[in-house]
Amino acid sequence: MEYLNLFVRSIFVDNMIFAYFLGMCSFLAVSKNVKTAAGLGVAVIFVLLVTLPINYLLNEYVLKPGALSWLGEGFATVDLSFLSFIIFIAVIAAIVQIVEMVVEKFSPALYSSLGIFLPLIAVNCAILGGSLFMQQKDFANVGMSLVYALGSGLGWFLAIVSLAAIREKLAYSKVPAALKGLGITFITVGLMGMAFMTFMGISI
Amino acid sequence: MNAKIKETLLNPIFKGNPITVLVLGICSSLAVTVTLKGALVMTLSVIVVTGISSLILSLLRNTIPSRVRIIVQLVVVAMMVILVDQVLKSFEATYAIDKQLSVYIGLIITNCIVMGRIEAFALGNKPWPSFLDGVANGAGYGLILLVVAFFRELLGSGTLFGVDILCRFGYVTNNLVILPPFALILLGCIVWIQRSVQKDLQEK
Repeated sequence: MEYLNLFVRSIFVDNMIFAYFLGMCSFLAVSKNVKTAAGLGVAVIFVLLVTLPINYLLNEYVLKPGALSWLGEGFATVDLSFLSFIIFIAVIAAIVQIVEMVVEKFSPALYSSLGIFLPLIAVNCAILGGSLFMQQKDFANVGMSLVYALGSGLGWFLAIVSLAAIREKLAYSKVPAALKGLGITFITVGLMGMAFMTFMGISI
Repeated sequence: MNAKIKETLLNPIFKGNPITVLVLGICSSLAVTVTLKGALVMTLSVIVVTGISSLILSLLRNTIPSRVRIIVQLVVVAMMVILVDQVLKSFEATYAIDKQLSVYIGLIITNCIVMGRIEAFALGNKPWPSFLDGVANGAGYGLILLVVAFFRELLGSGTLFGVDILCRFGYVTNNLVILPPFALILLGCIVWIQRSVQKDLQEK
């Protein structure tokens, strides 16, 4: 039950895009057509699923105050949490690099369809944001962090695919010249965000 | 030479504004604009991080092999962000704001402005212009942040910097303005105004 609640909440209520504005840059840049948007969405889900549990374990056994106590009595008071930014981003950059190489080797078709998006994900705020929120939420075990990763990834995927679909339709509508492109996209995302606000307060 | 420096400094603030023209760094910018105080702290942090990391990477630009440059950039930026975060945490006045900004200080690492300016400018230019470019882009980002925060705090809580302005005249605060989607709509309007004035920025 706890897992289901977290899952639903992370997709709809704590949606990465509409509630926290994470991953906005690529969200706006790559949402011009549904196909590429879906590709990027899948890549984000995948990278979140791999990096979050790893960062969770690192946080639990290395970074948290007192996390190093498994090394011996003397380490019980060590607090390395100030290092978490650099460790998280290093893990993310490394994982993205490895994932890129593995995908290129074993599934060239998937590699060419994801193409440039894979390396870009290293600097996608949604990924680092996921790790930082995970640290803040203080999950009880790895399973929770995995569920959170899947949920927030799916939320991001849903958001980018639906925005891309709306933008494809927008191309045929009459928009004031100065609002074309970026301006109308911002306002559209704002309105979508308002729609997503209706999920607020849901708990299972 | 002087004209060039002036151009480097002024261009990012209006004509080539990182948020409204280059569409960089939207991720972390919108969530911190609920209050002017938060926006101001965020602005200063971003200026420091972009300025100094541009300077450092510009000094290193001839020694970094281009294959691993993303990781090197991330490490330098992450180090600067850790410094900023620790400084904010160490003063009583800024500690509360650091708590309020929560993960968004950490997300400066993946703020596209920092990485974007390093990639586009610092790796190809001398240290001093790179530093100025970093600072100016941070300032251009901050300008938009402060404008958005001004309206959101004034209309949303009737205050400016926590000082009551509108409520004493019987203004009923508008909670919609505090919610995330409104920031996007406001930003859309700013883009609209800017593009009505600068016709050359309009998209076809």
